[in-house]
Amino acid sequence: MNDFWIVLTGALVAVNCAILGVFLILRKMAMVGDAISHAVLPGIVIAYLISNSRNSLFMLVGAAAFGVLTSMLIELFYKKARLQSDASIGITFTWLFAIGVILVTAFSGNVDLDQECVLYGDIAYIPFDTWMVGNNSLGPAAIWLLSGNFLVLLTGLIVGYRGLFITSFDEAFSIGLGINAGTWHYALMAAVSLTVVLSFNSVGAILVVAFIVVPPAAAYLLSKRLDAMLWISGLIGILSAISGFFLADLWNASISASMAVSAGIIFACVFAYTVIKRRLFQKTEESNFIESWQ
Amino acid sequence: MIALETHNLTVSYDKQPVLWDIDFTIPEGKLVGIIGPNGSGKTTLLKAAMGILPADSGYSRVFEKPVDKVRERMSYVPQRQSVDWDFPATVMDVACMGRYRKGRLFGRLSRTDREIAINALERVDMLPLAKRQISELSGGQQQRVFIARSLAQQADLYLMDEPFVGIDAASEEAILNLLRSMRSEGKTVILVHHDLHTALQFFDWVVLLNTRLIGAGPIEEVLTEENLTKAYGGKLNLLSRIADLIGSKGYPIREKSSEE
Amino acid sequence: MLDINLIWVLAGCALIGAGSSVVGVFTFLRKESLVGDAVAHSLLPGVVLAFMLFQLKSIWILFPGALIAGWLSLLSISGITQYSKIKPDTAIAIVLSVFFAVGIVLLTNVQQGTYGNQAGLDTFIFGKAASMLPSEINLFILVDLILIGTIFLFYPYLKLFVFDPEFSRAIGLPVRLLNFLLSTLTVLAVATGIQAVGVVLMAALIITPAAAARFFTNSLKALIFIAVLIGVISSVCGVMISYTAPSMPTGPWIVMVLSLVAVFSFIFSPKKGILSRYLLRKRHLVKMTDENVLKAMYHITNQSHKRAVGITVLSEARRFDGQQLGASLKRLLKSNEIQRENADIALTEKGNERAARVVRLHRLWELYLNKRMNIAEDHVHNDAEAIEHIITPELEAELVKDLGYPESDPHHSEIPGIKSFRK
Repeated sequence: MNDFWIVLTGALVAVNCAILGVFLILRKMAMVGDAISHAVLPGIVIAYLISNSRNSLFMLVGAAAFGVLTSMLIELFYKKARLQSDASIGITFTWLFAIGVILVTAFSGNVDLDQECVLYGDIAYIPFDTWMVGNNSLGPAAIWLLSGNFLVLLTGLIVGYRGLFITSFDEAFSIGLGINAGTWHYALMAAVSLTVVLSFNSVGAILVVAFIVVPPAAAYLLSKRLDAMLWISGLIGILSAISGFFLADLWNASISASMAVSAGIIFACVFAYTVIKRRLFQKTEESNFIESWQ
Repeated sequence: MIALETHNLTVSYDKQPVLWDIDFTIPEGKLVGIIGPNGSGKTTLLKAAMGILPADSGYSRVFEKPVDKVRERMSYVPQRQSVDWDFPATVMDVACMGRYRKGRLFGRLSRTDREIAINALERVDMLPLAKRQISELSGGQQQRVFIARSLAQQADLYLMDEPFVGIDAASEEAILNLLRSMRSEGKTVILVHHDLHTALQFFDWVVLLNTRLIGAGPIEEVLTEENLTKAYGGKLNLLSRIADLIGSKGYPIREKSSEE
Repeated sequence: MLDINLIWVLAGCALIGAGSSVVGVFTFLRKESLVGDAVAHSLLPGVVLAFMLFQLKSIWILFPGALIAGWLSLLSISGITQYSKIKPDTAIAIVLSVFFAVGIVLLTNVQQGTYGNQAGLDTFIFGKAASMLPSEINLFILVDLILIGTIFLFYPYLKLFVFDPEFSRAIGLPVRLLNFLLSTLTVLAVATGIQAVGVVLMAALIITPAAAARFFTNSLKALIFIAVLIGVISSVCGVMISYTAPSMPTGPWIVMVLSLVAVFSFIFSPKKGILSRYLLRKRHLVKMTDENVLKAMYHITNQSHKRAVGITVLSEARRFDGQQLGASLKRLLKSNEIQRENADIALTEKGNERAARVVRLHRLWELYLNKRMNIAEDHVHNDAEAIEHIITPELEAELVKDLGYPESDPHHSEIPGIKSFRK
């Protein structure tokens, strides 16, 4: 039964992250997603210190707010200070993460997060395994949270599909229609922050970033339409979760990391397939062309 | 009825004036070209007219009303390279975007909407390719899809940014004919054009820019040798140096205290 | 911590700070700052594999492992971007997360397995500035020498390559080699720096000093110098802070100092800083208001043929804001450009000269617009209102010459002071 919970957790995280990741990579904001996943640390710590529990709603909302703060800070550096975008992202998340680590160390008496793990930048890769041991009481909580997250995202996706579509494809045109592209942007950032925090809690930082970027990237190579891309990312994500779980057993390694590697393997296969197909297609084009001359 | 008018319109990027005190009036039903050398503010003029870029001073009106009140009657076609054509969307998807509206983004498109989009595609001769992914299109085909999207909006004023750049001769002719037929339906089409030589064949009216307005009106009146020298020649040396001064010292372009 | 250890840690971190900053300048200029983040994350599998193969934790084994992994990650990023439609930022994120995940898989495998002596393997990439060994310092020195040496040797080519890659290609520079060089330097710097601050914060060592330095200068040499200065000072401060408060981790404090320095420079640096730009704008507004007051007085006295001007008359003439007018008058009194005459004010000779100049510039510009730009007379006034305050004396002289020493403007008012230009 434990196994089932673990795989389900992974699958839920995969689908949640896939929905968001599709739009992030289409908007060329993959690294902003990465930045948010690191920068929520101080938010988690502060909220934890105030609420003294790992699962309180307060902690989750507070930490998510930090995610939105991150994207605002990035924009502040970019627009007000006139700093180039890659540096804006880099400075923001490293600064916030450093603050987070300092806070944890300063209050380490109060915090039951593994101090060494936090220092090492990967807050939950050990706790993830520990969670699975004490899974019976904790597991379901994570499942509830992630399912709730999924429902929120799914609703947002269905309702906001066209808005997301048009602001991601052609922002200038959408502004010309009178659409407030900024609102859509911040809504997306808020959704990313919330999802990152909820997933972080369950499966750790490495897996979150991997699931946000890798399955959607593979889907990007395979899709001609946005809805197909969303479906395929979700599917690849779930596949990575399932196969990763079994591979972890085979490799005797961390489950979340194995899920991430699994996604990577699938991506590599899709990538290879695309490259080969392109070569073959070119060869066929060339030989057709030559034939038509003869 | 005036389609587009600007009054003392000044727009700057980074404190450097890109458009300076632009003042013109364009009546409806014309095919108008905005021309000038590189960096003369042509795209900025379009964006300012659409309200996408804020003006430092002055204002513009569309159909004698502020832009925000008449958005349903305007359509903007951005430069082709401003969009990532690898995006997972089909020709039909893009055409349908013309039916999106500010308050009506939620829910499905109606059957009428889809029909309008299909008609628009037919008009630009892209209907057979409706299911094709946009990355598989040639430059001319991409431009036509953009125009179809615009047509689907069923607007009265069309603002297009360099639609003739990088497309094959056949597409160019097709698009030109389309624009002419739109004009004969009473639509107003204003486009930023990159090429002075073809401008003479294409347009009825012309707006000649070089940060300042050199001239605006019927093409024979505006494209005189004197005006062209002012636009493209070096006489504006002093002007550009002052513009540089403004940019480097960060002067506000307009004083707030002078009488309007 | 004993004092001698402190020296080693200071030296180590200073070296790391210097090396990362130098490399960071180049990646910053190429807008590839986040690639350093990807490289940092991708070192882990190299380190663990090296350990698994050789069963030693010596830095001379692990470091090459890290280098190879770092190199592979760079190849992967460019491979993904080149051979598919995936965009660079996505490629970076993919490589970052997948390589790191592979590293964790290997690491957790090792930790549960039968390898002896694996405890603390993770500290290589998680940062342990506080426990740096002298032998490691040797490595840092070596790396820094390589970094500085290479940049020194190839400086002119690198400079051109970074600022104008198209041109470099066109004139036949070995672009591939230069790319290879910069990539290698990046991997070296990251593999070294990571030992001080850990994976996540490594990006800061590369990006932040260059970003901060950028706000002070445009010259490449100065950029490098300032970035290194910031990098070294921040590293030293970070170490000292964590030394004085022993529970504090070193890496995060280095980054904290770096970030604060950067934000400080974003706000306060002369010319490019936010505050400077704001103050500059304010200063110009002041100058404009003062000159408008002088100008108004000039016009009023000319028309009324009286020296003194009533303040109410003045404020109505140009619809001045009461507060602004008051502040301006105070300033002009102080600079001796106006003086009190009973209840009214009058221009001094100094003030009169300045006023005349402003009026002259205004009218010259109107003439220029009218004659050269074909703008109707009634349109030129507002524009000239803005320009008259900024025309420099050189430009003024040119304007006068270009317009043929005109005596009157489009409104047929006299342009004062033209005669003095005829010399």
